[in-house]
Amino acid sequence: MSDGSREGVLEGLRKTGVTALFFGRLLGACVPALGRPRLIIAQIYNAGARSLIIIMLSGLFTGMVLGLQGYDLLHRFGATSALGTAAALSLLKELGPVLTALLFAGRAGTALTSEIGLMRATDQLTAMEVMAVDPLRHVAAPRFLGGLIALPLLTAIFIVVGLFGAQLVGVQMMGVDRGIFWSQMQSAIALKDVTEGVVKSVAFGAVLSLIAVNEGYHADPTAEGVGRATTRTVVASSVMTLLLDYVLTAAFL
Amino acid sequence: MADSQSTLNSAAETDAVIDVRGVHYAVDGRPIFAGLDVRVPRGLITAVMGPSGTGKTTLLRLVTGQIYADRGQVAVFGREVADMGRAELYATRRRMGMLFQNGALLTDLDVFENVAFPVREHTNLPEPLIRTLVLTKLEAVGLRGAAQLMPAELSGGMARRVALARAIVMDPEVLIYDEPFVGLDPISLGVILRLIKQMNDALGITSVVVSHDVHEIATIADHSYLISDGRVVASGSPAELAASDSPTVRQFMTGGAEGPVRFHYPAADYATELLGAERR
Repeated sequence: MSDGSREGVLEGLRKTGVTALFFGRLLGACVPALGRPRLIIAQIYNAGARSLIIIMLSGLFTGMVLGLQGYDLLHRFGATSALGTAAALSLLKELGPVLTALLFAGRAGTALTSEIGLMRATDQLTAMEVMAVDPLRHVAAPRFLGGLIALPLLTAIFIVVGLFGAQLVGVQMMGVDRGIFWSQMQSAIALKDVTEGVVKSVAFGAVLSLIAVNEGYHADPTAEGVGRATTRTVVASSVMTLLLDYVLTAAFL
Repeated sequence: MADSQSTLNSAAETDAVIDVRGVHYAVDGRPIFAGLDVRVPRGLITAVMGPSGTGKTTLLRLVTGQIYADRGQVAVFGREVADMGRAELYATRRRMGMLFQNGALLTDLDVFENVAFPVREHTNLPEPLIRTLVLTKLEAVGLRGAAQLMPAELSGGMARRVALARAIVMDPEVLIYDEPFVGLDPISLGVILRLIKQMNDALGITSVVVSHDVHEIATIADHSYLISDGRVVASGSPAELAASDSPTVRQFMTGGAEGPVRFHYPAADYATELLGAERR
């Protein structure tokens, strides 16, 4: 192994270690942070409610495309009655959790990282420490918990709106029977399918919030440093979402 | 004068709120402090002066336990900072207030909530009492009328005054000012100077002012340290420093570019580089 690649591996390991340690401290800070629900609710609003429009719009169009593509595919086999099941399965198990996570990384993750990074750059975190207030408990933990709670909720909304979009195209435009669309879906979807979506969205919520908070907390306290940290949040979140999605899908099969 | 000086010195020996002895500290192998000794006596205004980049802010971070010395002792209220556990360190920090250079106000809270922040975090006082407390402190810095403004709406001088109100809201025993005069207009500067003096006179707060504004600080400081190259090169009352014949002190007090403290960053010979063929 060349010196360069060995250093790269060591640096990667070091960063993983730092993140793991930070995660441990963050979890420790979450317990006292639960005693301040007002801070957490504010962050659920920031990460969740403020992402609603982009999530609902994306969900609607994703569902509509599913309706079109699904109808086109199933029509070739004369199986358009399975459109509801196909749309629901893809939304519940894959598209809902994954697309919501990717949108969350771009909308809420970047906002979290740059906000915490700028707090670091303007000495706000240091000021808290000097005032004997733990910034991990007051700033990082509520944002982590807010993201962790908001992402599964956003995923559920994405799926519901997506199903509405698929129905809009499949039933209203393409003429699939409304009763068959919903009843096939109802009978074919098992609890396990819903569980898979829930587990994925909770896992994405934890990992993406951790990445965003960690990058912001450890950003270089300069304009350039905060910019770089924000970019790293998007890149790491996207890659981790897709990687974790594969692992979890394999685990559920 | 000699009498008051010796009283001061004995007070410094016996009742030092902050006691820094023989501190060595390096960042990435580059020494910041090499045997620094600074003592801050109770109830007085102590100035720490020095050229930019001499680690004045690093000293404040050592004192507040954000970083630890490589060698030497940093004691606050008679206790070694490095020996404190987290709980004791936080308890010690509650007895200190610090004014940051840029104010470091929390940008998501308005002026009132910024000043109320430490009170809400550390006490369970009823809301009317918090309100009275915060308004009193805001009145002291002349910004009671700005209570509902957000930090982004404040000028630099106002932000620093709000930060000062926040620093004194828990009635600290020690107030640390990090470059309180930088970038202030003459009026704000005069106000901040008077406030520092008033806090000290009226409330008996021990003050540490880190600054390189020699003339401003000379008007209020009881005792000054001049730091250069990682150690104290001179200390004494402002009058003593002004009368000093040490070349370093003279250069700093008169603002000369030539002297023991280098103004130019190390570089190749000027003429050679100007006439030289290529830039490295």
